[in-house]
Amino acid sequence: MASLELGQVLADPSEIDQPYEADAPLKKHRFQFRWGRGTILVLAAAYFILPFYAGMEYSLQHPTGGFSLTPISQIASAPGFASALWLSTQLAVITMAVVMVLMVPTVIYVHLRLPRFRRVMEVITILPIIIPPIAYSVGVLESAPQWLRNSQYLLAVVYVILAMPYVYRSLDSGLGALDLKTLVEASRSLGSSWLMTIWRVLVPNLRAALMSASVLTLALVFGEFTIANVDNWQTVPVWIYLAPTDNPRINTLVAMIALLATALVLILIVSLDRSQSRNSRRS
Amino acid sequence: MVVTIDESQSTAPGVGTGVGAPVVFENLTRRFGATTALDRFSLAIAPGELVALLGPSGCGKTTALRVLAGFERPDIGRILVDGKDVSTVPAQRRNMGMVFQSYSLFPNMDARDNVAFGLQLRHQRSVQRRTRATELLDLVGLADHVTKYPHQLSGGQQQRVALARALAIEPRVLLLDEPLSALDAKVRAELRDQIRAIQQRLAITTVFVTHDQEEAMSMADRVCVMSRGHLEQVDTPAVLYSQPATPFVGQFVGVSSRVPVTRHGNQVEVLGRDVPIRGDLSAVPAGDLEALLRPEDLDVTPNPNGLGIVNHRSFLGALTRVGVGLGGSTVRVDVRSPQADDLVLGTRVDVSVTARDVLVTTPQPTS
Repeated sequence: MASLELGQVLADPSEIDQPYEADAPLKKHRFQFRWGRGTILVLAAAYFILPFYAGMEYSLQHPTGGFSLTPISQIASAPGFASALWLSTQLAVITMAVVMVLMVPTVIYVHLRLPRFRRVMEVITILPIIIPPIAYSVGVLESAPQWLRNSQYLLAVVYVILAMPYVYRSLDSGLGALDLKTLVEASRSLGSSWLMTIWRVLVPNLRAALMSASVLTLALVFGEFTIANVDNWQTVPVWIYLAPTDNPRINTLVAMIALLATALVLILIVSLDRSQSRNSRRS
Repeated sequence: MVVTIDESQSTAPGVGTGVGAPVVFENLTRRFGATTALDRFSLAIAPGELVALLGPSGCGKTTALRVLAGFERPDIGRILVDGKDVSTVPAQRRNMGMVFQSYSLFPNMDARDNVAFGLQLRHQRSVQRRTRATELLDLVGLADHVTKYPHQLSGGQQQRVALARALAIEPRVLLLDEPLSALDAKVRAELRDQIRAIQQRLAITTVFVTHDQEEAMSMADRVCVMSRGHLEQVDTPAVLYSQPATPFVGQFVGVSSRVPVTRHGNQVEVLGRDVPIRGDLSAVPAGDLEALLRPEDLDVTPNPNGLGIVNHRSFLGALTRVGVGLGGSTVRVDVRSPQADDLVLGTRVDVSVTARDVLVTTPQPTS
């Protein structure tokens, strides 16, 4: 926090009082393996890595022995994959856009004007996790207008509900790290409208939270199987499960790549969260 | 509802010629549930004047400022700026610069972009607003920090950027909501002088909320003391100190000692001497009374047979504040430091009143 200025005393007085010990041994940060933690870590890693390895080995194994990357090049030409990927991508974009437009102003409003309502919001937004997805599917299908019932984009409506818990928690945590009231009032006193305040002041400072919410929504849309399957729309997960291909290894390979992508995305979220915590501590 | 504002009190000597807008709080009432934060609060501020709203926590000073800023709507009453009622005008259209207690810089923008933010909203060209922002950062002594982000600036520097940002929009009124309270004493004193100098140079009408009386007295043209949502007294710091209108002001502003007195008509007998009662005699309550005496209203002389005993000493530089135990309570008396050498702890002394008149009030209830 402190910056260097002329005349500033550089040394901490408490440090000046410390006698200089020329022969004092240097402190070394030695790596110490702790058996308890290490064992748990190795077991957990094995639990995730072994199935992944088995899947990759099955997908990339050449019939005549050894490994081949040919199945990767065959993914794009696999029947139905391109359309499934396109549908999942469209649904992901629509879901992210709708859920952000709905949730960002809502969570800001709750933080600013209805802080006591935060607990209620937490309960409401956890419901999509508790209620079975099939219930939403039937409910949304029954209540949707006719023009939407036969549309593949109906899935996006359901995904918006399913994404709500993750988006709410990301935004709630991001807003909690900001002095929201002061930032909003400062912006408004300078002549900014509510929309401009959200766009110019809050959204840039919620970048990590929004990124986290987006990638979680993306992972959700690309991983959801039940509802898409019941509604007979071939998204990527449905294609992996159902698509008839000459080479079933390709289906497995796509599933493995999806798993790897999700893992990378989660690592990205964790690093973004850490970066945001560091920034909020500094400011 | 028509209210009367004491126009004779609306302008302090030496002010009133500024380019800032006149501000009138007219009979404002603001309630939060069962709590009345502002209770028929009225105050007129002249153009270019700096008025400090001073009072303890919960006295309504921040609410008054927030109503003026447009962040709160009054339940009753109105706010006039430049003679126009702005009570229902949204905050973003009031053109009032505000510096907040907590650091309010936008973390995603550097110092220059923070200052230029309001100008961008006013559709100024990029070159113009960057030049103006740099000028203002120079004005607050931060010319070398224009590209620094808030987390790279100290607390005092952040508040100076916030001041530059508030001034950038050329506000009709500058609002300062305890901007110095989070800073350490040295930075606070420096920034206090800097804010006052800039405010006088730009002659901008300024409302400054603080609970620190030293800050209020040293910066403001007039100080408005508030208690429980209403105005107790508004006057120049000197008058406020020397002629407090109410016992609350007498106790809250400066240091006062309470001494039991006996009333004789329009006088009271205090420490063996009859002294005229200050202020409106009809407002003096019946029953037991106490006088509120400043340390400089009293004199103390060593006397082996005196009734007082020195029980405390505080060296203040040229003066030493001496605490004298007198009939179960302690009165504080300022004496010149060289003369205080004789007044060691335990010395018996006589205490006398030197004031021309005294403010009287009912005794404080014992807890």
